[in-house]
Amino acid sequence: MSRARWIATGVLIAVFVLALFASAFAPAPYAKQFRNDTDHPPSTQFPLGTDELGRDRLSRLLYGMRISLLLAPAAALISTALAAIIGGAGAYLGGTWDRATNMFIDLFLSLPWLFLLLTLRALLPLDIPPFTSVVVTFALLGILGWAASARIVAASVRSIRSSEFLLQARAAGCKPSRLLFRHVLPNVKPILLAQFWISVPLFILTEANLGMLGLGVTEPLPSWGNLLRELENYTALRHSPWLWVPLLSLVLVVSLFQFALGTEEPA
Amino acid sequence: MRASGHRVIGSSGEVRARRLFGCLLMLALVLALTSCSRKPESGGELRVTIKTDPKTLNPLMAEEDASDRIRYLTGGVLIRVNRKEQENQGELAESWKVDEGGRRITFDLRPGVKFSDGSDFSAGDVVATIKAALDPSLHSPKGDPLRAGGKADVRALSGNEVVIEFEHPIAGLERLFDEIAISPERVAGKADSSVVLGPFSVAEQRAGEYVLLKRNPYYWKKDSAGHQLPYLNAIRMYVLSNRDTELIRFRQGDIHLIDGLPPDLYEQLHSEDSGAARDLGPSIESEQLWFNQVAKAPIPVYKKTWFRSRNFRRAISLAINRSDLARVAFRGHATPSVGLLSPANKFWFDQNLKPIPYDTNAALDLLKQDGFTRTEGTLKDRNGNPVNFSLITNAGNKPRERMGSLIQQDLQQIGINVNFVPLDFASIAERIMKTYDYDACMLGLTNVDLDPNGQVNVWMSSADLHQWNPAQKSPATEWEAQIDKYLRAQASTLDRAERKADFDKVQEIAADEDPMLYLVDKNALVAVSPKVKNADPVVLTPQTYWNAEYLSLEK
Amino acid sequence: MRILSAIGRHLLIILITALVGGLLGATLVRLAPGFGIQESDLNAQLSAETRKALHKEDAGERNVLSYYGHYLGSLIHGDLGYSRSMDRPVSELFRDRLPDTVESVVIGVAGGWLLGLALAIPASWKRAPFYSASATLISGIFLCIPSAVLALIFLVIGSPGKLAIALVVFPKVFRFSRNLLVKTYTMPHVLTARARGLSSARIFGWHILPNIAAPMLALAGVTVSIAFAAAIPVEVVCDSPGLGQLAWKAALSRDVPLLVNLTLVIAIVTVAANSFSELLSPAATRDVL
Repeated sequence: MSRARWIATGVLIAVFVLALFASAFAPAPYAKQFRNDTDHPPSTQFPLGTDELGRDRLSRLLYGMRISLLLAPAAALISTALAAIIGGAGAYLGGTWDRATNMFIDLFLSLPWLFLLLTLRALLPLDIPPFTSVVVTFALLGILGWAASARIVAASVRSIRSSEFLLQARAAGCKPSRLLFRHVLPNVKPILLAQFWISVPLFILTEANLGMLGLGVTEPLPSWGNLLRELENYTALRHSPWLWVPLLSLVLVVSLFQFALGTEEPA
Repeated sequence: MRASGHRVIGSSGEVRARRLFGCLLMLALVLALTSCSRKPESGGELRVTIKTDPKTLNPLMAEEDASDRIRYLTGGVLIRVNRKEQENQGELAESWKVDEGGRRITFDLRPGVKFSDGSDFSAGDVVATIKAALDPSLHSPKGDPLRAGGKADVRALSGNEVVIEFEHPIAGLERLFDEIAISPERVAGKADSSVVLGPFSVAEQRAGEYVLLKRNPYYWKKDSAGHQLPYLNAIRMYVLSNRDTELIRFRQGDIHLIDGLPPDLYEQLHSEDSGAARDLGPSIESEQLWFNQVAKAPIPVYKKTWFRSRNFRRAISLAINRSDLARVAFRGHATPSVGLLSPANKFWFDQNLKPIPYDTNAALDLLKQDGFTRTEGTLKDRNGNPVNFSLITNAGNKPRERMGSLIQQDLQQIGINVNFVPLDFASIAERIMKTYDYDACMLGLTNVDLDPNGQVNVWMSSADLHQWNPAQKSPATEWEAQIDKYLRAQASTLDRAERKADFDKVQEIAADEDPMLYLVDKNALVAVSPKVKNADPVVLTPQTYWNAEYLSLEK
Repeated sequence: MRILSAIGRHLLIILITALVGGLLGATLVRLAPGFGIQESDLNAQLSAETRKALHKEDAGERNVLSYYGHYLGSLIHGDLGYSRSMDRPVSELFRDRLPDTVESVVIGVAGGWLLGLALAIPASWKRAPFYSASATLISGIFLCIPSAVLALIFLVIGSPGKLAIALVVFPKVFRFSRNLLVKTYTMPHVLTARARGLSSARIFGWHILPNIAAPMLALAGVTVSIAFAAAIPVEVVCDSPGLGQLAWKAALSRDVPLLVNLTLVIAIVTVAANSFSELLSPAATRDVL
């Protein structure tokens, strides 16, 4: 591994430690409302200022990272796996299977899933523990978020299936399983990785938006997505640049991850 | 393809608007020259917003905010409730008389008034409009309170005298005519606000974009110098539901007035300028929280027992720091509530009510009386059930969401765990009206009527909007029976002082029993562009342009 | 002939997907909480009787199957039904609002692809870690900003908010196509071609393009659905009267007729875009011929 990659890994480990042991590093409990210091600019007491209820933003960021860093990649993994299985299998089997899979994917892409989420919220009890609510939400995102990339995976597998090198491999008497694992899968890997890395921040953001439906993280628990939603206060952005910190840290963490895992460089 | 993005600055819609604006200016200039008398201030297109497309342009059918604002600006009414003084004043009726114990009202109509198409206004128009409002098959929301008077006889006594006789007396009868815009006889009941008696008439509507009102050249009112009103040539009401966008466009000079500014946006505007943002003090809108007391609600029995206990509700009320709600959730632009009416309701507010203190010790004492105990920071009822409940509210209302978090923390102090769940509005409505599957709910039920009769649909135990326990066959509790009694009493007399005494009783019982925890009265926050002359914003709707006929724009 | 039959087959697939999608959409809406409730039901200024009278009849929508049957029946006659919440015929609403959204989606897809490819192609050509890292960072930033915030930023600086859709589409195009290009450039036969000293243009045309054409076209089809989805928050924030905003309002008021038609439109656009890209893709052509 190159030195740069070691550094990236080091920074990431540091971030993880910070998030995992948030209670040790956070300057204040994440729910504590300093009601006389609402919307406070950064100071020694509040390194990233306070939010509109006077809660320490750095503490909320650390705790919020913990939940999101744990669950968003898990959900992204689910959706990427689904994309690979459904899109890949259909196209690899070909013919009617391929067409049926495509139809299923298109159907999936065009349904108003919002209403499923609403119904689910109605079925869940109102006093569901906050952590269960987040887990359910991320699981749902994982289950619902695969379709777009499954489309691309399918197209990719289809073109590999009919490509010359695969024909040659097949002619050389290569076993189907070997074909799949040695020739097809390695070639769709970059698409799956793209899907994975797009999903992580996307799910973090979507989780915050689902708060509107009573899903996701519930008060007073913080989430990375909810901190990002503070950006919607557009005038504050000009006067309070520290509101960008959650965004920058998310971009940084996601980029570092990619770098550390080496998905950036040609293999 | 149609040019899109009409609401976006600099797009072709804007250009068109400017062109129209230019044409109107020219027209105003020509008019001014030909009339040879220089008007003090005139012309211009005032631009305001409505949150949605109006559902109807028929003034008798107006029910939601957008339609009602258009009705206000276009409709000529017999009696107007002055939004500043909160007193009735004659408009199309020069004078009126209520007698027969509130069963009869006689109007003397203003002579020489014309509709916006130049046709004459007569008693026939009034009779036809009121008959339409009373028509049970039309279901006019505006005629709704009049229909409470039972069978009615409407007739013209002469060319300028109209009398209405009701079967039953209606308390506060005159104010109801503030809502009824008189339309020409031939279109009564199906009018579209294009031929009107108010200062403006509807000229054009583009769904999702705007409603354009133009000046009524035959409007009957003149200013003190004898100049014809209104001064403005037109009012363009943009359909704009996003409050951030509205403020951005206000800043860019594209919108002149904003009603009901959210506290966060008020603060933004206030921090940067110019006196455009104005806090008018408490409005008549409040925020409230109630517990589910419905007998058949699918919640545990022990919770129902808590929620039915006056001591429990009172304790919660005492444990909520209302001044923090006002200060933090509303950025200081709200006032802790005292009771079911806001002090902004000048006449009917009960001056005897005391402010509700924030007193956790008193709260715990009350809870102790009901057998609750606090062990290791958790409150438990006499059967050992830990006290926790869910609190639902509609998502997307920032101050309300902040209140939820504050209340959650406040109640944590006395060992109560609150699960705060914002939901979308339709889901809330389903829970509070159909399934009753909730513990507590926080909403701001809007209140636009100053008169206590406007409260009947909530406070009568038989009412289906009696949120904590709707549509009771007979009053479930003694105090609800008492409230019913006083509500009926105040409705059966015409004597204002007597009605006030009765309604004060209602306010006192409500404050003592706390079925609805009134949290804060929201301040009326508005934005007024310095370009607008004669603006005199008030707390009642339409806050910034209640006196639209007197408004003008600086050139 | 075979191309024609392929087109016919795709049309059939569009039809079936749209019909099934419409039914499933109607079912999802019908089952969601809040169906059959409208805001005037909570208007305390009105008597119970007037509230009841104002309540728009929704009995026809209660049974999803019979509703959908009726709907399809009148659809054949060109009648899209009547929107309860907007109080207007659905066809009228669509006619007014479709152009706006089509324009946003076209701008969004075109802009997103331009930006995405402009960054992705150079990033895959040469091993320039710094360039590659900064392009990834830029796309990462736009991936992490909520689309509503992007739209607001555009509004504040006085430009059309719908440009935000392009910035939502862009990072996805960038990531997928960059990864694809990098992978393809390192495939054995491309490396061989390089070793043989073929020109870059020839390598691109002969070895890269055929390999990436199919997935790239699939990506093109998918970006249309992504742009459509992004149009909802963007149009809501900018209050631009398009289908996205309509969809949001319809969702809030559980307007079944409106939502069924919207689902149908989205299904048709999705399948059509994907079918079109499939028909164009070399793999499919090889399949057919």
